[in-house]
Amino acid sequence: MKRQPSKLESVAAHLLLFCAVCFALYPVLWVLSQAFSGLQTPEPRVLPVPEHLTVQHLRDVVGQTRTTPTGTVWLFGRQMVNSLVVSGATALVGVVIAIPTAYALARFNFVGKQGGVKALLATQMFPTVASLIPLYFLLNRLGLLNSRTGLVLCYAATSVPFAIFQLRAAFESIPVDLEEAAMVDGATRFQAFLRVALPAARPAIAVTALFAFMSAYNEFILAATLLGREEMFTLPVVLQRYIGEYSSNVPVFAAPVMVLFYVLQRHLVAGLTAGAVKG
Amino acid sequence: MLNGRRHRSALSGPGVSCAPTVHARSRWALALALATLVLLTLPGVARAEPIRLWHAYRGQEEEALRQTLASWPGSPVEVLALPYDAYAAKLSAAIPLGEGPHLFIDAHERLGDYLQRGLVAEVGDALEGGDGPGPYVPQAVAAVKLGGKAYGVPLSQKCVALYVNRDLVSEVPPDLESFAELRGKLPAAVWPLAYEAESAYFHAAVLGAFGGSLLGPDDGFGFVGAPAEGSLELVKGLLAKRVVPADADGALVTQLFRSGRAAFAISGPWLASDLADSNVHYRLALLPRVRATGQPMRPLLTVEAVMLSADGAQRPEVRALARHIAGAEAARLRQRLARTVTARADVPAPADDDFLRVFTEQAAVAIVTPSSAAMRATWEPAAQAIRKSLRGGISERDALLEAKRRFDDVRRPPPPRQSPTPALVVLGLLALAGTFALVARARRPESRGRLRASLPAYAYVTHAVLILGLLVFVPLLAGAALSLYAGPQNGQYYAGLNNFVEILTARGGPLLGRGSFYLVLLVTLLWTVLNVSFHVGIGLLLGTVLSRPALKLKGLYRALLIVPWAVPSYITALTWKGMFHRQFGAVTGLTLWLNGVFGTDMQPIAWFSRFSTAFSANLATNVWLGFPFMMVVTLAALTSVPAEVLEAAEVDGATRMQRFFRVTLPIIMPTLIPAVLLGAIWTFNMFNVVFLVSGGEPDGQTDILVSEAYRWAFTREARYGYAAAYSVLIFVLLSGITRLPNLFGWWRQRRRARRLGAALPAAADAGGAR
Repeated sequence: MKRQPSKLESVAAHLLLFCAVCFALYPVLWVLSQAFSGLQTPEPRVLPVPEHLTVQHLRDVVGQTRTTPTGTVWLFGRQMVNSLVVSGATALVGVVIAIPTAYALARFNFVGKQGGVKALLATQMFPTVASLIPLYFLLNRLGLLNSRTGLVLCYAATSVPFAIFQLRAAFESIPVDLEEAAMVDGATRFQAFLRVALPAARPAIAVTALFAFMSAYNEFILAATLLGREEMFTLPVVLQRYIGEYSSNVPVFAAPVMVLFYVLQRHLVAGLTAGAVKG
Repeated sequence: MLNGRRHRSALSGPGVSCAPTVHARSRWALALALATLVLLTLPGVARAEPIRLWHAYRGQEEEALRQTLASWPGSPVEVLALPYDAYAAKLSAAIPLGEGPHLFIDAHERLGDYLQRGLVAEVGDALEGGDGPGPYVPQAVAAVKLGGKAYGVPLSQKCVALYVNRDLVSEVPPDLESFAELRGKLPAAVWPLAYEAESAYFHAAVLGAFGGSLLGPDDGFGFVGAPAEGSLELVKGLLAKRVVPADADGALVTQLFRSGRAAFAISGPWLASDLADSNVHYRLALLPRVRATGQPMRPLLTVEAVMLSADGAQRPEVRALARHIAGAEAARLRQRLARTVTARADVPAPADDDFLRVFTEQAAVAIVTPSSAAMRATWEPAAQAIRKSLRGGISERDALLEAKRRFDDVRRPPPPRQSPTPALVVLGLLALAGTFALVARARRPESRGRLRASLPAYAYVTHAVLILGLLVFVPLLAGAALSLYAGPQNGQYYAGLNNFVEILTARGGPLLGRGSFYLVLLVTLLWTVLNVSFHVGIGLLLGTVLSRPALKLKGLYRALLIVPWAVPSYITALTWKGMFHRQFGAVTGLTLWLNGVFGTDMQPIAWFSRFSTAFSANLATNVWLGFPFMMVVTLAALTSVPAEVLEAAEVDGATRMQRFFRVTLPIIMPTLIPAVLLGAIWTFNMFNVVFLVSGGEPDGQTDILVSEAYRWAFTREARYGYAAAYSVLIFVLLSGITRLPNLFGWWRQRRRARRLGAALPAAADAGGAR
């Protein structure tokens, strides 16, 4: 039944994707090449190939240690773990908060639904800068300042509105019949949600979790403002330290960390989208 | 850190000041929670609180500080190294809460601002020598004093000097003008002198030789008149004779000097650390004279100092620690490890250390950067005037006068105080009416029924409402309330709608004049529409192609195409900026390469000198950053398209286009629309790209509303209320704009209903099946 796509078509598809990949990778390759360059000649060049290959910059950033009363800490490793833990927890908390809400928006009619959706959208419209310092005061009151829990909660709360919109659309695209059939068979509404709707929405959940993870992983202003100890910092905060001070060192110092960012994220992203597409 | 160029890292992080009170309700619950917390932490309170020290040093300076603290015999010190961009915001948030540092290290020129915000206290006996200069260099002590009181203990002095490449030149020309004669003597690829000619910080050194200064007496704009014009003409001449490279930033100067492509460079001690692993042989020299005036160039001097918060200044031990850090022993350590010029007169530079000797001598003739809060407002207009006049097309005088106008606009007096009573009365009445209406509605039997029917749904949403309400809405409302306030951070007062009136009337200027709300709004709209079109177009195209079942290497493509989104945007934005550099960027490289391949004669473009090209550069960057998001959303949405439907359509003879637009698109639309809507909102508020790539150039024309709000809050005058008013206006605009799709949907529904209405009777006539 399925028509085999023509040769020409598949060549065109590959050509298009190849161009897109070049566009996507070119700037990143520049950062990488600068990271591994020793001495650079300022000349307009086309190909991002490192000059005078060196791993010194990488060693400078990755090899940092701190001596504390309890022993020597591999700072970079600690901060990498922080980043992963905080982002992972953000994804988890954000999705867990968003799923039931999105489900309710997709399946129930209730008083305040319209207003709630509008308020959700409204949270995205207000530039976040204005609310940073009030947030700081609030977390201080709640005793969550200088803790990763507080940071995770903030990240999760900011990622929830988008997650709700995404998941609501996903739940809406799942036919109600399935759940109704389950309920006819004696399942409660909640069981139907848990056993039928949730598995069917898996791809959307994966993507939503990825969004939350990414935004937490790349964020540094909140992290730098809310966290008070170096061992708690996430990687973007550390990266930012290398950028802000010596503008000339921007890519040189930033890039090695990015290599690691990249290596890890690629696997993550590949896995998640693959899951999403397979459904 | 503290390399004296930090006014340029203007992305100093959001530091919107506190709103009056964050929330009053649930105070009891909070009190309970707090009491529990206090009980839990009681054993800790009993012990002496460790001393908190914040800094933004790194490298050898950080090492020197660490060793200094290692020899500190007193209470333990908790050190926190911060990224500079978050430094000021964190200080101003933490210190008023008692969560901040007891002492911190920063540049003296911020003192005026910090004092205004109540972040620093008098240092008292932390400064050795009482009222006299003590053991310090007199100008360094003068720098940390405001109104005769000392607010810092000076550590080191930083300014720029002349780096000489000994392999290329043996002597320093007698004056700045004579550098032009090197053009013929050096190889063509070597620049005689490299420095950041367009930066106000570096230009100040030339200005100093003309007897001018950026900030005039009485905190007025000083960069006007004969000295300013003379200095600009001189530098313009150097650029025209190709003595100094145009568009040079710090990175380029470093690269040029490191690779032997510049005979001389003007830079600070920070350049030396970048030269450590290169094979350039260099020495230091004093900045040359200017022939036109016979005076030496006088750079700006930054004094790094230990500052104390009010909490810290009260504790004798903290003051002792400040003395320790600024002491002679520590100064020698800094001198040896980090090679900084100390601020102590009793620790002279070693006679055999050429590097330190020159920088010390240079510091002695430097001009101490004014620490008044007005200084902060001079950088932006001064830099714009320099850029404009160096790029030509406008006379020096006009460029400078325009800069003065902008400075005066930024420094205009804050709006008058207003009584909050009328607003409170209106608010109270509204609240009363609202409560009344709610109660009346709830009492109606049918709405009670609806409420009861809603109960099961509430079980699913309550937790989200609570968390979002607390962590998102409360800070947001507090931020919005700030728009009604004006004045400095620790003296804010209610100003009614004055902030809004000022913005909406373009502060009395022409409504479509430069930087006016309406002009910036137009740019923002253009920015949003173009970006979203590209994002959605590219995202849909790639998503559709990637979901072809027969495609090979699918996983690889997907992983690679997500890369732009997987890398922190502030890094890649800076990379893009570098790629658009006129002389050395990769885009220029591509242009030249294309010229070579096709024999064309395209000239490299100065991307940031015209609105159209600067806007395109921003656009390219943001399209690059944003398309993976839409691609992933499309991919996820496409999984909900059943293959059977598409096959059925194909069997029915639908073309590929028809299948896409009639079958696929309508099915994925519900998933796409929220993403597009949110994408549009995010783009509208996309601050990073605009700020980092074009930085608003040329002349603030590419700024969008958010970056304009940022400038008011962070790089101009710390007008947080004004910036918050911008935020509120952005919010109002966006809520208006996002209603448009609803209107569109309503219109389409009506049309469909009409068509359906027309079709139904016809079907009935045919005796039709439904």
